[in-house]
Amino acid sequence: MQHDDVVWAIINKTHCSHKVTTKTQHFCRNEYNLTGLCSRSSCPLANSKYATIREENGIIYLYMRTAERLMFPAKQWETVKLSRNFEKAIHQINENLLYWPAFIKSKCKQRFLKITQYLIRMRKLKLRRVKELVPIQRKIERRERRREEKALVAARIDNAIEKQLLERLKKGTYNDIYNFPQMAFDAALKAEEVSGESESDKSDEDEEEREIEPELENELERSMDKVDEFVEADSDMESDEDSDSGRKVAAEVGSDFESETSDIEDISEKLSTRKKPRVEIEYETEPSVSINKRKIKH
Amino acid sequence: MARGKDKKKRKLEKKQEGDEVPKKVPHTLESLREKDETTIANAEADEQEEAQKDMELDELSSYFENAYEPKVLITYSDNPHTKTRIFGKELMRIIPNSTARYRQRSSVKRIVQSSIREQVTDVIIINENQKQPNGFLLIHLPNGPTAHFRLSSCKITPELRKDYKEITNHRPEVVLNNFSTRLGLTVGRMLGALFHYEPQFRGRRAVTFHNQRDYIFFRHHRYEFTSDGKRAKLRELGPRFTLKLISLQQGTFDSKRGDYEWIIAGRRHQLETSRRRFFL
Repeated sequence: MQHDDVVWAIINKTHCSHKVTTKTQHFCRNEYNLTGLCSRSSCPLANSKYATIREENGIIYLYMRTAERLMFPAKQWETVKLSRNFEKAIHQINENLLYWPAFIKSKCKQRFLKITQYLIRMRKLKLRRVKELVPIQRKIERRERRREEKALVAARIDNAIEKQLLERLKKGTYNDIYNFPQMAFDAALKAEEVSGESESDKSDEDEEEREIEPELENELERSMDKVDEFVEADSDMESDEDSDSGRKVAAEVGSDFESETSDIEDISEKLSTRKKPRVEIEYETEPSVSINKRKIKH
Repeated sequence: MARGKDKKKRKLEKKQEGDEVPKKVPHTLESLREKDETTIANAEADEQEEAQKDMELDELSSYFENAYEPKVLITYSDNPHTKTRIFGKELMRIIPNSTARYRQRSSVKRIVQSSIREQVTDVIIINENQKQPNGFLLIHLPNGPTAHFRLSSCKITPELRKDYKEITNHRPEVVLNNFSTRLGLTVGRMLGALFHYEPQFRGRRAVTFHNQRDYIFFRHHRYEFTSDGKRAKLRELGPRFTLKLISLQQGTFDSKRGDYEWIIAGRRHQLETSRRRFFL
């Protein structure tokens, strides 16, 4: 019952459902095919004596068939389970295919090698960590981006950082590194104020007067030079009073000063008699006074 | 329609009333924020005390007792592209005592194991998508917690037209702004624990994590106080990026059986009940 040549003639010349033709080659899709090519020697239909290697669930089998077995299609393949040990398996193939055509023998060994390799690769892939792909939801992403922008605007980061840094500076985190004369001055002033409060009011006032004196002197001298200017300035500065009365006062002041500049002690005496010297000192109504105030406030 | 007129009217009224009318403060999301019961500032005294004690006992407490010097490992996802690599290297320059390594396809768990062996205290893993860094996994070692952030709007120094060489080797000081709730404090502490506890102030480098509406903005500056000590001038050194917490896990990384302290569960309606609710 061997019609190998007839079968091959049909397959080759006319139609075979396993055949796939491409521009350059003919392939075979039959699962028992040893090489995957459509050719006389590797066609599983047109060869009654045929052997192949197949893998089922990770176990590799050697399939063999002879002309005698073709009678019973269900029993036509004789299977041999190959060992997981590579060399042993090659030995098994050699033994089982003893005296078989060399083509089949060598192709079987090649196929066996390929299958063991892809099994190893599969195992490796399984064992390696699995990456999870997470879908990015466009709407959520867009919303988050938008909110981020708004949050960034609301954050005013640079201001916040600056504030934080200055706070640290004030707290003295950077103790000796920075030396700010202004700050030291402020601190000293503060300390003085605290101590001044503890003392009696009178002495405090006296101190202040003493502080004022030299400044007053200077400014009085200056006022001698530019009385007119000061008058104008006064009217601007003292918005509380009526402008007219302000001028009058200023004019009086000028005359007063002229008479009194000779002895400043008198002024200081006057000052000492009053409770709040600088504020009420008068007629001074001058920028000089306001300067005094400012300086002391510091 | 009548808006322009209204404006004029209001102006007039303002003029007449003078400065007595207090200036109106506009509502913002911050001022309208829903109160979180774990916010430390709002809590009662005993609760605050409790929180304080909690913090003294958690995994990060030893850092704040200056018990150890942080050692940080920075790594990437597989096959990082240029931007991510540069980003990692810049992070390495910013964080003192840190190293950047390629991942070599090892799993996070193995990285964690080997880092514990090497006595690394924190591991940062930067994930990448479409050549842009988009994920930031921060694992505190040896036993947690693990925070996973969404990383966005990352700008490395060349993109800011800065030079990475400007970043000096001084240990920077850390500014943590606005972390108010318990969760926020934990996250802030984790981020702060990346840096050495003793900054070198001479370097005048400041690293900022500013939390605003759950977005954590990272900035890196060199500052200088003006001569009167009233202001601080800032010069950005870069890089800059934004983090948003996705999940916080107890213990080290375990995506299957990990115990999540907090996680954004998928869609909006499951967790995000309100736009005015913020968690950090």
